[in-house]
Amino acid sequence: MSTARERILRDLHIALKRGPLAAEQRTALDAERPAHIRPAFDEDLIARFVRKFESRSGTVARVATLAEVPEAVEQYRTAKGLPPRAAIGAALAGLAWPQEWAIHHGAAAIDETLALSRAETGVAETGSLMLCSGPESPTTHNFVPDDHVVVLEAAKVVRHFEDAWVVLRQRPGGIPRATNFVSGPSRTADVEQTIQLGAHGPRRVHVILVGG
Amino acid sequence: MEIRSKEFKERAVFAIHDASLQQALGKARGGFVGKRAQQAAELPEFEALREEAKNRKNAILGHLDHWLERYEAAVTAAGGQVHWARDAAEAREIILGICKRVGARTVTKGKSMVSEEIGLNEALIEHGMEVVETDLGEYIIQLAHEPPSHIIAPAVHKTKDQVSDLFVAAHGGPRKTEVADLVNEARQVLRDKYFRSDVGITGGNYLVAETGSSVIVTNEGNGDLTQTLAKVHIVTSGIERVVPTLDDVTLFLRLLARSATGQETETYTTFSTGPRRAGDPDGPEEYHVVLVDNGRSKMLGGRFREMLRCIRCGACMNHCPVYGSVGGHAYGWVYPGPMGSVLTPLIKGLDNAYDLPNACTLNGRCASVCPVKIPLPDLLRELRHLQHRQELSPAIQRHALTAWRFVATRPKLYRAGEWIAVRLLKALARNGSLRKFPFAEGWTAARDLPAPAGKSFIEQWKSRRGQS
Amino acid sequence: MTQHPGKSPRVGLFATCLMNVFRPGIGFAAAKLLEDAGCSVEVPDAQTCCGQPGYNSGDFDSARALARQVIELFEPFDYVVGPSGSCMATIRHDYPALFEGDPNWSARAQRLAAKSFELMSFLHDELGVTRVDAGTPLKRKATYHDSCSGLRGLGIKGQPRALLASVEGLELVEMQDAEVCCGFGGTFCVKYPEISEKMVDDKVANILASGADTVLGGDLGCLMNIAGRLRRINAPVRVFHTAEVLAGLADEAGIAGRTEGAA
Ligand code: SF4
Repeated sequence: MSTARERILRDLHIALKRGPLAAEQRTALDAERPAHIRPAFDEDLIARFVRKFESRSGTVARVATLAEVPEAVEQYRTAKGLPPRAAIGAALAGLAWPQEWAIHHGAAAIDETLALSRAETGVAETGSLMLCSGPESPTTHNFVPDDHVVVLEAAKVVRHFEDAWVVLRQRPGGIPRATNFVSGPSRTADVEQTIQLGAHGPRRVHVILVGG
Repeated sequence: MEIRSKEFKERAVFAIHDASLQQALGKARGGFVGKRAQQAAELPEFEALREEAKNRKNAILGHLDHWLERYEAAVTAAGGQVHWARDAAEAREIILGICKRVGARTVTKGKSMVSEEIGLNEALIEHGMEVVETDLGEYIIQLAHEPPSHIIAPAVHKTKDQVSDLFVAAHGGPRKTEVADLVNEARQVLRDKYFRSDVGITGGNYLVAETGSSVIVTNEGNGDLTQTLAKVHIVTSGIERVVPTLDDVTLFLRLLARSATGQETETYTTFSTGPRRAGDPDGPEEYHVVLVDNGRSKMLGGRFREMLRCIRCGACMNHCPVYGSVGGHAYGWVYPGPMGSVLTPLIKGLDNAYDLPNACTLNGRCASVCPVKIPLPDLLRELRHLQHRQELSPAIQRHALTAWRFVATRPKLYRAGEWIAVRLLKALARNGSLRKFPFAEGWTAARDLPAPAGKSFIEQWKSRRGQS
Repeated sequence: MTQHPGKSPRVGLFATCLMNVFRPGIGFAAAKLLEDAGCSVEVPDAQTCCGQPGYNSGDFDSARALARQVIELFEPFDYVVGPSGSCMATIRHDYPALFEGDPNWSARAQRLAAKSFELMSFLHDELGVTRVDAGTPLKRKATYHDSCSGLRGLGIKGQPRALLASVEGLELVEMQDAEVCCGFGGTFCVKYPEISEKMVDDKVANILASGADTVLGGDLGCLMNIAGRLRRINAPVRVFHTAEVLAGLADEAGIAGRTEGAA
């Protein structure tokens, strides 16, 4: 099809001093799944997730059940003085949100102030949230509003990134269009190495940890 | 970007005398080095990971053709499109073509060194498009009409005062002097651009053959806003960035942030797989990947293959005392520091960057921190070897080497020369040193030359201990 | 490695070009330390240079010519020892690389590499020396500069410090960035003098900030660079090769002579 493609592949073959690989070799390569070294730790997964996430200026609140989430969000909203409105991923649409809130499940617009997402998993290794795009959790929710509240069920916290890949691979529909690992609020150190939160994305990321 | 590496010496001297540059470099140096050391110390597996990353990348490079084809198939299956570009011109043409087809007026960009390498901004602007760099550092240097001076911290050479001035000129006053206010100002200006953007261009830290995903890593979230809000997302990436599986990405991610900024992880790691899907409320309508060769397949075939392991972390420049003295702009092209001193001559030609491999003491600090263990000093020496063979080095240096070899392979002659040298130097010295010496003015401009004792060691040894 | 039970090992002393011309005292200090440790020391007078200037300038052929000369000359010894991390790293690492695949020289280069050592690592790691008799107690506050080839090429870091700890009256303080290059770099310092000056200035600033009155190190090139700069700015700090201090052979003035007002 594209001649540049063929020329590059040919140049690669020349560089590798061989022709295209035979079908059996390709199959063998595809079947290879080398496992890599994983940082070892004994710490409790939830405790580590919280410690790591907070170390990067994220905040965490804990509730016992999903039903308690709206109240926890309401507390956060009033504490931060945010208007009663939110972009809420469809994954959380079923919860009993306060009547007086203006809510929607679509993409976040430029004036969006608060978004709520449900994390697919949390990775204890680094204290990172994994968010999967789709109607359940639009990507703009993760980046546009100043405040991002993420609901994470403790049972979903995994040890290493490798465990998150297992979750991704087993998802119906496989890997989503956007898989976002979020490890705290947006930050920059581009002016004189001074760390400043809220460079472009959320100024605050608040996790509501459910159960555990 | 036009290459100005031939001016290395002049630009280096200029940089050494630029007080605000020196202030900025001094600040950066300590920060990066200390934080990386701390991260390395906190992860007991760090050294083992470096070794593993080196070996894994070598194995991947051995089948690069296969993984690229697998990656392409996976991107296509996810509804995206892969384009192949042999050189910078082809890459620019492909991207311009896409932008023109969709009638792009505003193009937002996440940080992408490959886009710098192919001179993309100039081409887009020439065709009437507004190009907005969204990484704060890139944005600052775009306002200053300067190229990046560091691959991770492009505006590391700018002081806060200089940023304030640039923002007043670009956005109008009032002049902000606090970092927080400056960052906020840029945030407000750039938000608007994301939402108006027709095409968002990002780099690709890794390309995953297993899933057809491209991966970006940022702290600011600018790359995500760029690629999520534009109608079209274009990824520019070198062909060497492909890895087979998600697990492989993890291996390199564990090293990247720690080596680059001294963080355990950066704030955002994003895997992008194709365009917006049915039912998606957001995301780009088109997803393109431009795979750029631009000299890489040639590197794969020769003794510089190891350079293709580079994950663009910037640790080598953070630890390089030459980079720390002269900053990134002296190097005259996109990639500065040790990695740039290897890449620039290989991509742009040995004769266009003579000084880069030579302006190095071979002290090895870069290689000792490189997360994929690239033997940078050995590669630089190898480049010197090629320059020597192609007679690109100054004639006087080649003559001096010939003369040195002639004498040094004739011990009697060597001893005779030494006999004269020790006496001559001693005669010229005062109080144990020389302030000026005609053949070493570079040395004596800044330093005294210690004077010999008047007799060589071997001469004295023979007279004290007899012939051996 | 050749073992000589009951017989003192025969050491060929590698007289580096700079030491031979500029600071013969280091050679005598090295010989004394080796002899005190039970070695018999010889100095082959047909030796010239290890070939590193050619190698690092990309002139690999000339480097090989010099390397062959060194290999032939030093092959008969049990050990080759030199008071320089830089030259000895060339013999240990670069010779085998230069002759890789060469049927005549590869094995010989490897054999020589295996028995070649930098002085401090030889004394400390191979001979197990932990204390030296440095003669009259000194009253000096010294800081140690880690030269790059020794540090990163040969792992020399703890050995000189351990040996120096046994010198009576010598206080050792660490400077900031002790492991950062001083800007010497062989021909680098004459090819890029301004950059080299900036680097040695950074080094000198760290030395002065440490409060030391003496700088020690294991490579004469770096020491001449540092001493030359200290002398030029009239800083009252004296510079010695570690071997000079360990052997009790440090003179009054130090490398590059004594600055007025030096302690
Ligand atoms: S050469 Fe190594 S240290 Fe330098 S940028 Fe590349 S990976 Fe990082």
